[in-house]
Amino acid sequence: MADALESKTTSLRDGPRGPKPRRTFSRRNILLYGTLFVIAVYYAIPLYVMIVTSLKGMPEVRLGNIFSPPLEITFAPWVKAWSEACTGLTCRGLSIGFWNSVRITIPSVIISTIIASVNGYGLANWRFKGANVFFTILIFGSFIPYQVLLYPVVILLREIGLYGDLAGLVIVHTIFGMPILTLLFRNYFSSLPEELFKAARVDGAGFWGIFLRVMLPMSIPIFAVAIILQVTGIWNDFLFGVVYTGPESYPMTVALNNIVNSTQGVVEYNVNMAATIITGLVPLTIYFVSGKLFVRGIAAGAVKG
Amino acid sequence: MKRPNQLFRNFSAKIAAIPMIVTALFVFVGGTAWTVVYSFTKSGLLPRLKWVGLDQYERLWTTKRWIVSIQNLAIYGISMLVLVFVIGFILATLIDQKVRFENVIRTVILYPFALSFVVTGLVWQWILNPEFGIQSIIRDLGWTNFAFDPLYNPKIAIFGVLIAGLWQGSGLVMVLMLAGLRGIDQEIWKAARVDGIPAWKTYLFIVIPMMRPVFITTLVLVVSGIVKLYDLIVAQTGGGPGIATEVPAKYVYDMMFGASNLGQGFAASTMMLVTVALIVIPWAMLEFGGKKHG
Repeated sequence: MADALESKTTSLRDGPRGPKPRRTFSRRNILLYGTLFVIAVYYAIPLYVMIVTSLKGMPEVRLGNIFSPPLEITFAPWVKAWSEACTGLTCRGLSIGFWNSVRITIPSVIISTIIASVNGYGLANWRFKGANVFFTILIFGSFIPYQVLLYPVVILLREIGLYGDLAGLVIVHTIFGMPILTLLFRNYFSSLPEELFKAARVDGAGFWGIFLRVMLPMSIPIFAVAIILQVTGIWNDFLFGVVYTGPESYPMTVALNNIVNSTQGVVEYNVNMAATIITGLVPLTIYFVSGKLFVRGIAAGAVKG
Repeated sequence: MKRPNQLFRNFSAKIAAIPMIVTALFVFVGGTAWTVVYSFTKSGLLPRLKWVGLDQYERLWTTKRWIVSIQNLAIYGISMLVLVFVIGFILATLIDQKVRFENVIRTVILYPFALSFVVTGLVWQWILNPEFGIQSIIRDLGWTNFAFDPLYNPKIAIFGVLIAGLWQGSGLVMVLMLAGLRGIDQEIWKAARVDGIPAWKTYLFIVIPMMRPVFITTLVLVVSGIVKLYDLIVAQTGGGPGIATEVPAKYVYDMMFGASNLGQGFAASTMMLVTVALIVIPWAMLEFGGKKHG
């Protein structure tokens, strides 16, 4: 077929003209696109299986194939996962965990982003003696396994009376998000032209004045990256949630795990999958909507300045 | 630019840096020191300063569950490292062939990375379920003796976790490698082609050595992720069957908050810290030490 197309454009009498036609169906391309297609299908399958299973009734799930599309679409598993599924103790579904996660994520994201942006700005433009020492400790601190710091932070929170409280978890997320976010902001503010900062200085603006009136308006994209990074990271957290909150304030990931892995009663795979996909919905939506910004966020961890 | 009072120089900047200083000194340095110190004590339900020397470490290394945890982490870690780099790099080279729909393909490969380990573990628990998942489907196709039940077979259970971990994490490596490949000067490719060097040789002997910095930072990211392996295990296997998929991070958590055996938890987490330090410190010396002196 490729040959036929080629002979059309090249007449013998005139000799070859124009650019060499591209062979869209060359063996190389078939192999390349075939491989990529298979790979993409492999990565997509779990999402597909989650959706398909969550839309089946239990009799249909028991009949067999996890890959077959539902014969009769039902949203009952979603409803049950949201409001009735049992977590071992209570049967109030995922909704409580969802709202806990919302109440954890929003203040954590706001506070950690504010603190880290001020840190980054200070490190980029107002470096005082010793500032880089703290920054280096912070960066190395991000490699410390969380398990090492779990208990000291328990003591810290107990001392200030916030152990087991949502506010305590907000502090924890602010602390552990600080290294990567500070790095992100520091690198961004360092990349801005220094003349800008100097001009504002000459005009008499101080630390906060320059930050609020010059830097902030210019750094919307990096704030977006930081917020995406934090929302997905905090929403997906499991360890801190299980350590620093109690059953009443468990975030969604912990509630999900308790629902699916609770050993009581008959296992309802469709409800479990519905619960799983509901929990994944927030980060997935952010990922699909934000696209390149998400990639920039994760790459930020790899770009050392 | 000299000013008289050192303390009040950049005073606002210093005030603003207080959260960072507190975090760095109290939490990271102080917390680490605290845990290491208390790993030499007989802390049970509550931490207390009753010295027992290396007892906790002796107990740790004679506990079967800890040994299994370490072995699992080693098997998982090495397989994960090798495979995630091979898969990530091959995916990146495939996508770098100026393919159409690049964005779609990249989006599909990377989306698992947006999902939490809990979600990842639960999906793969379902797909690997022998009664309904892959095993039953292949049996239905006619191979009635086909056996693939990693989550119920203690011998291969950790590889069931590995499948899920690779699915979740390989997209990240792909993205970083792709960024590395795009950073290579196109002239190098042209020069290699002029010299008649086949593409695979160019990748292996020219491009990969040039991507050393990307490889190293990716390595550090992947390794620190592997050591933290916890949520995935809890969600997918709960450490089972038996203790077949236990990992150090889970040992620490269970000792501290389940078994009221804080001392063991501190000793185990200190061992985790040592492992990370053995990797991060040489890397840091290579990366940052060289610049200062040369």
